[in-house]
Amino acid sequence: MADPLLVVDHLRVRGGGREILRGIDLSIDVGEVHAIMGPNGSGKSTLARVLAGHPDYEVIAGEVRYKGRDLLAMDPETRAREGIFMAFQYPVEIPGVNNAYFLKAGLNAVRKHRGQEEVDAMEFMALVRERMTWLDVDESLMNRAVNEGFSGGEKKRNEIFQMAVLEPTVAILDETDSGLDIDALKVVARGVNAMRSPDRAMLLVTHYQRLLNYIVPDVVHVLTDGRIVRSGGKELAFELEDKGYGWIEAEPAGTPRS
Amino acid sequence: MSTSTQAIQDLASREYKYGFVTDIEQEAVPRGLNEEIVRLISAKKVEPDWLLEWRLKAYRAWLAMKEPTWGNIRYGPIDYQDIVYYAAPKRSPALQSLEDVDPEIRRTFDKLGIPLDEQKLLSGVAVDAVFDSVSVATTFKEKLASLGIIFCSFSEAVQQHPDLVRRYLGTVVPYTDNFFATLNSAVFSDGSFAYIPKGVRCPMELSTYFRINARNTGQFERTLIVAEEGASVSYLEGCTAPMRDEHQLHAAVVELIALDNATIKYSTVQNWYPGDKEGKGGIYNFVTKRGTCLGVSSKITWTQVETGSAITWKYPGCILQGDRSVGEFYSVATTNNWQQADTGTKMIHLGRDTKSTIVSKGISAGHGQNTYRGMVKIAKGASGARNYSQCDSLLIGDQCGAHTFPYLDIKNSTARVEHEASTSKIGDDQIFYCRQRGLSSEDAVNLIVSGFCREVFRQLPMEFAVEAQKLLGITLEGSVG
Repeated sequence: MADPLLVVDHLRVRGGGREILRGIDLSIDVGEVHAIMGPNGSGKSTLARVLAGHPDYEVIAGEVRYKGRDLLAMDPETRAREGIFMAFQYPVEIPGVNNAYFLKAGLNAVRKHRGQEEVDAMEFMALVRERMTWLDVDESLMNRAVNEGFSGGEKKRNEIFQMAVLEPTVAILDETDSGLDIDALKVVARGVNAMRSPDRAMLLVTHYQRLLNYIVPDVVHVLTDGRIVRSGGKELAFELEDKGYGWIEAEPAGTPRS
Repeated sequence: MSTSTQAIQDLASREYKYGFVTDIEQEAVPRGLNEEIVRLISAKKVEPDWLLEWRLKAYRAWLAMKEPTWGNIRYGPIDYQDIVYYAAPKRSPALQSLEDVDPEIRRTFDKLGIPLDEQKLLSGVAVDAVFDSVSVATTFKEKLASLGIIFCSFSEAVQQHPDLVRRYLGTVVPYTDNFFATLNSAVFSDGSFAYIPKGVRCPMELSTYFRINARNTGQFERTLIVAEEGASVSYLEGCTAPMRDEHQLHAAVVELIALDNATIKYSTVQNWYPGDKEGKGGIYNFVTKRGTCLGVSSKITWTQVETGSAITWKYPGCILQGDRSVGEFYSVATTNNWQQADTGTKMIHLGRDTKSTIVSKGISAGHGQNTYRGMVKIAKGASGARNYSQCDSLLIGDQCGAHTFPYLDIKNSTARVEHEASTSKIGDDQIFYCRQRGLSSEDAVNLIVSGFCREVFRQLPMEFAVEAQKLLGITLEGSVG
């Protein structure tokens, strides 16, 4: 059997002068949706950013294989072009740069890398219009500057919309649910569910079980203090909801199930 | 250093690609400045007596003036006796046609992407090419003449249209104006002249391309543009120079005059040699540019993209004399490595219901220092005057600086003046966000910078907006921090 799509092996990462990830093992196969849950400061966003190649972190041990290749050796743009997408917890504003222009530049960078023709403005707009319907994105959003003056909900929706256009192989959603009201959450979940596919893997990073009512994961991992302390099915999320993270932290860290 | 920092620094270290020297026989006056030199320049250009007198008055006034020191710029002393004030390609007596242009010079302009063959030129642009001190070619002259538009070198205008030159020369920037403008008045060598008659809209962009070639030579050109009642014109200037270890002085003067309902749009893409990464060499660019909205409802727009020069000192301004006249200033100034820019505008509101807009974008990278200096003056009689100013600074890296000096002088209580300012930094987060979407660091910086400059770029004629954007990319290469 072929290697899983994404394999994280004993990954240890330092950031801001301390070790944040202290030996992460994770294996995600194509078609699967995994959720990483954990209390604040447990390292779950760090894991998402390290996979995307954020320069603020230093990998001190372990490795990550993506499609059998060394992911950590790739720069962030190569990872993106190879199909790794991260929906940011705090999407960044780029004043004066048209949202549609930005997305088209990204899409064409990805396509070029894959040896595909670049899309022209017409083809691009056709694709954009189709994907907009998945997420109730208003067309006016496309003509505004990237994330500038967007509400919290608009920013998150824009992230998922970009994901829908870029069609990644691995989608990492970093606390996409934070700051969303229930209606916005449903819209975002609908977009994510529309993207679920046997050709794609997803990694949902979240603090709350709430998101998982709408996007049902195949596997749930609990991350505390830089380690995955427990893994299980979707029912683990409900258990956490009932008992809180303290329940797991109180237990001695056993060998995680996988 | 983060990876994006590395990328920005790599980006900033790209070479200046216009730095070559053309090997051509020069005719020059002796080094240094005195009355004899002024007379010699005037004689070489076979000027009328009144113009020589004007030059001499300027020279005498200059002797009593001191180099200004209020600019937020630092540079070693300029030895005004060590400069050659006039240099010209030897084989350049009055050209009968474009075919007479020296092939070496023609090749120079080809290399710069400014072919002088009319059929090869962008169809919508007429070009006047100035090589060192003299104009070497002007294209599309006949076509423009059929509409009554005069577009020629300044020297030719003095010969062919002396009355027009005499009527307007020095009316906006008098020969006593300031140290550098006065020096220019004494020794100016050439430049462009444009005259748009009443009611005529100039059908093509007029453009002057300045090239400094000779060593130890200053360039002192003078441009005069007059738009009669109801006329309109869009004018663009570009400039480059070879890479040389010593600094070279460029002190130009531009005067614009807009009569009733006339419109003048003046755009500059300044790309003089900026010096090397250690700050060696580069052009000292001390320029005086001013326009008078003389007539009612006239309008003057300055757009500048300043990417070159070791030192830039310029404040294109508008005197809003006619009632309801409009002045605009849109500027992008970039300083990288050791470049320094002190630039901005002056808006002088004299007429009623006059309006001015200032949009200034300063980008600093490397050890660059970028200063916005602007004055908005509203005279007692300027009822209903309005000004809006916006000054934004973008910092790339942590070795550079941005400074803002807005001056307001308001004598009429009905005036409305607004000023907004911001300073931001290209964040590693912005760059990472772009990279996560598949863009390289270099593309990310270019994208962020062009977004920052968008309001100014959209004022430029289409082809030049693209050029300007590319130029900015080259200037900032290796600067990400």
